[in-house]
Amino acid sequence: MNTPATYAPRSRFYYSLPALETVAAWLLAVIWIFPLLYAFWAAFHPSEFMVNFELFAPLTLDNFKNAWAQAPFARYYLNTFALVTGVVVAQFVVCTLAAFAFARFPIPGKNLLFMLVLIQLFVFPEVLIVENYRIASDLGLINTITGIGLPYVASAFGIFLLRQTFKTIPRELEDAARIEGCNWLEILWKVYVPLAKPTYLAYGLVSISHHWNNFLWPLVVTNSVESRPLTVGLGVFSAPETGVNWATVSAATLLSIAPLLVAFLLFQRQFVQSFLRAGIR
Amino acid sequence: MRSQFSCAMTAIAAALLGASHASANSVDLTMYYPVSVGGALTEVVDNLVEEFESEHPDINVEAIYAGNYDDTRVRAMSAMEAGDTPQLSVLFSIDLYELIEQNAIVAFDDLIETEEEQAWLESFYPGLMENGQLDGKTYGIPFQRSTIVLFWNKDAFEAAGLDPETPPENWEEMAEMAATVREASNGEQWGVMVPSTGYPYWMFQAFAFQNGHRLMSDDGTEVYFDDPAAVEALEYWVSLATEHNAMPDGTIEWGTLRQNFIEQSTAMMWHTTGNLTAVRNEANFDFGVAMLPMKTQRGSPTGGGNFYIFEDASEEEQRAAMTFIRWMTAPERAAAWSIDTGYMGVSPAAYDTDALQRYVAEFAPAAVARDQLEHGTAELSTYQGGRVRRALDNAVQAALTGQMSPAEALSQAQREADAALRRYAQ
Amino acid sequence: MQLYGALLLLPAALLLSTFAYLPTITTVINSLFLPGFRGEPAAFVGLDNYRVLLDDPTFWQVARNNLLYALGTIPTSIALALGMALFVNGKLPGRGLVRMAYFTPTILPMIAAANIWMFFYAPQIGLFNKLLGALGFSGVNWLGDPSVALGSVIVMSVWKEAGFFMIFYLAALQAIPPELKEAADLEGTRRWSFFWRVTFPLLMPTTLFVLINALINAVRVVDHLFILTKGGPNNATNLLLYYVYENAFSFFDRTMAATITVVILLVLAVVATLKFTILDRRTHYQ
Repeated sequence: MNTPATYAPRSRFYYSLPALETVAAWLLAVIWIFPLLYAFWAAFHPSEFMVNFELFAPLTLDNFKNAWAQAPFARYYLNTFALVTGVVVAQFVVCTLAAFAFARFPIPGKNLLFMLVLIQLFVFPEVLIVENYRIASDLGLINTITGIGLPYVASAFGIFLLRQTFKTIPRELEDAARIEGCNWLEILWKVYVPLAKPTYLAYGLVSISHHWNNFLWPLVVTNSVESRPLTVGLGVFSAPETGVNWATVSAATLLSIAPLLVAFLLFQRQFVQSFLRAGIR
Repeated sequence: MRSQFSCAMTAIAAALLGASHASANSVDLTMYYPVSVGGALTEVVDNLVEEFESEHPDINVEAIYAGNYDDTRVRAMSAMEAGDTPQLSVLFSIDLYELIEQNAIVAFDDLIETEEEQAWLESFYPGLMENGQLDGKTYGIPFQRSTIVLFWNKDAFEAAGLDPETPPENWEEMAEMAATVREASNGEQWGVMVPSTGYPYWMFQAFAFQNGHRLMSDDGTEVYFDDPAAVEALEYWVSLATEHNAMPDGTIEWGTLRQNFIEQSTAMMWHTTGNLTAVRNEANFDFGVAMLPMKTQRGSPTGGGNFYIFEDASEEEQRAAMTFIRWMTAPERAAAWSIDTGYMGVSPAAYDTDALQRYVAEFAPAAVARDQLEHGTAELSTYQGGRVRRALDNAVQAALTGQMSPAEALSQAQREADAALRRYAQ
Repeated sequence: MQLYGALLLLPAALLLSTFAYLPTITTVINSLFLPGFRGEPAAFVGLDNYRVLLDDPTFWQVARNNLLYALGTIPTSIALALGMALFVNGKLPGRGLVRMAYFTPTILPMIAAANIWMFFYAPQIGLFNKLLGALGFSGVNWLGDPSVALGSVIVMSVWKEAGFFMIFYLAALQAIPPELKEAADLEGTRRWSFFWRVTFPLLMPTTLFVLINALINAVRVVDHLFILTKGGPNNATNLLLYYVYENAFSFFDRTMAATITVVILLVLAVVATLKFTILDRRTHYQ
């Protein structure tokens, strides 16, 4: 019996914690969430209240107005959405094809090729940033959203996960489809992909999270607002010539993380399960 | 019939004229710029661009805000490498050598065609032209220029028993006044803060020049960091924290310094005049702005960004860029820019405009940076500028954090800079 | 069949070659050259760049920093992650909230986290020193004192990463059969004993997985430096990848950047070898 791990265990390894540890757990949780709570405080109150925690201090949306006016956040949102969607869709396609090949086809030197793919786990685009930048430049991809996403599309992690999943799908299903006269692509589309949906969901969420938050490579590749995503916009915002106004920076920070944070709070369970599933070896 | 014919001819003629007008000289320019002051600065630039485009309908300018000076330099260079060169940009005045080495920019002298333009080229403050000139030619036109100025909190001075209208004139006075403030406030308030992250070499240049010493040669191939005068300057800076207890230990963050001043954690600060408008808007106490104190002479390095025109643009584009730059640096615009941001008016003519005259009359600090220009010196600029400035930055931070003595730190910086410049030494 | 399989692999192969294999090769090649001087073509210098690099005290400082950074972040975040997982796996009142509190920092971009912590660390107006002041202690220059700066950066990283690793431990904990605990309870085994002798060894594969991940992150993640310290003061918080960025994009010295990159690649190669030998001996692939 091998049910995939569900998150809320009922009859499992379920011990009760002594009071001391409960307190410790709660204390740690408070410490952990505090910085974010503080950012909320700073963003919604005028600068004078940065360090004065008066409970009834006036709330203000001015910081957000300022932040919104000082940088084109709307465009940054658009760019980031486009980037994340594009990358994840492309990853699904490319990694599915490759994983399918590794799982079901007798390619010569398959194991060696798979090892080569796994190497990409360690040779990620940022470490080769100088050369990748030159290559992107040669391909005319500088300052484009494609340029930001392309190096990540062939993801060793994705290929690995999907290959793992595809291997568990029983051959009988495939045979049944072939009897009905499906070719390989149809088999892939009708049999394998639907059964791997949980993996896709998991991988998708992990990837969305990763690319929404990516900074170094987009920093190098983008030159202007045209293609700049939220993280780089925030970075540029927070390192100006004459210095920062903290309240505005807090507001800008919140603006940048809001979509992902809201999505996380709404879909907490799915998020956590994705990361869980993605890590199961 | 005839009228139909003439109507048709008119229509054709109009169409032809219209077509030729549309295709003639609609030049598109792209420009990167790094200004950053508190407030909706991109709006200011966008408004200026709009105004320019309405006066010059045949030129389109796309102004791209690229971050701070370092970011903008990287952006412009990377765009160049990707074959997407901007036609002009506002870049750090000290990027000159690197840009020339990459054959990226053209000299304005080569683009000058009329006497009017020649006059314009010569209309700027000489002190601001230094960083933009090499071998007698001008490559950079001043746009958002600054010097370091001393901001002081008059209320804090008064509370400490000092005369609120008198800023320190020299190094001894500054150290004493700062120490007095600290004592009088019982350790609650610092006397002075000089930022040592961000652009520490710039601040150090000020100290060195006030001690009568220039840190680099005119041709960008040599630096003189370990000269005794320079060491003395660094020792004074360090002593503000260690001896006089007037300044915090360790490095002082550039980015938060203005807010520190506004929140009155310090009574005095050295900062770019580019902060003037922001401080004016945010401070809820009386403050003054003065020239930096002297040792053997007054002095401050200039700072800020210049306009550059890129080599890789067509002649038409370069002319259009020239038109734009002349428009942007015209006295009225320079004046408006100065008032909006706190950067200096770049030409004497700018200060002669009504707008700036009125502004200076009601807000005297606006003239301090200009007055200090006569004691100004070019900002530290050499070949391999990035490395050389970093070597000096590290030395300053090492001395301020007590890791090395000023003499040691500066010798090391000299060694590193010499290594970086060895290919250029003649 | 074989051809078909090869075709399926083609897009991935193309992309991987362009952005992983080709750049690796060109990086190694570039590290053997010096850029041309004033328009001359690049000059082959063999291993000269490596000699210069090994003689460069800044490089050694950066390498040392990265090592300290890894030593500071990895064990701490793993231990915390394990603790968090144990807390959240038990019968904790308000467990969902606590879990969310632990995991949320992971969702944030490093840049955003750095912005928030930048304010905490600000010496005069920042939160930490204000708190210390209220308690009567003098403030610390968290990011401006070279002896503390790296530690401050480490603390921030641990805050960000621990929740992420917690999830993996949570998955593994839930896979542990409850019969083990029941059996141990019957024998009257103490909780600590049970943990060290049963739970922890069973979690070993997860620990190794998390370890590898953390090692990679210790090299890969330098976003926070852009906001917090830019490598300062005086290179006290400079890390290898940030040093590469500086050389390539601030000093315009591509060949030196390539040389440092090769060093980083060697380090990663060691980690990869560790993973493919030790780690994989303990887990099976189908």
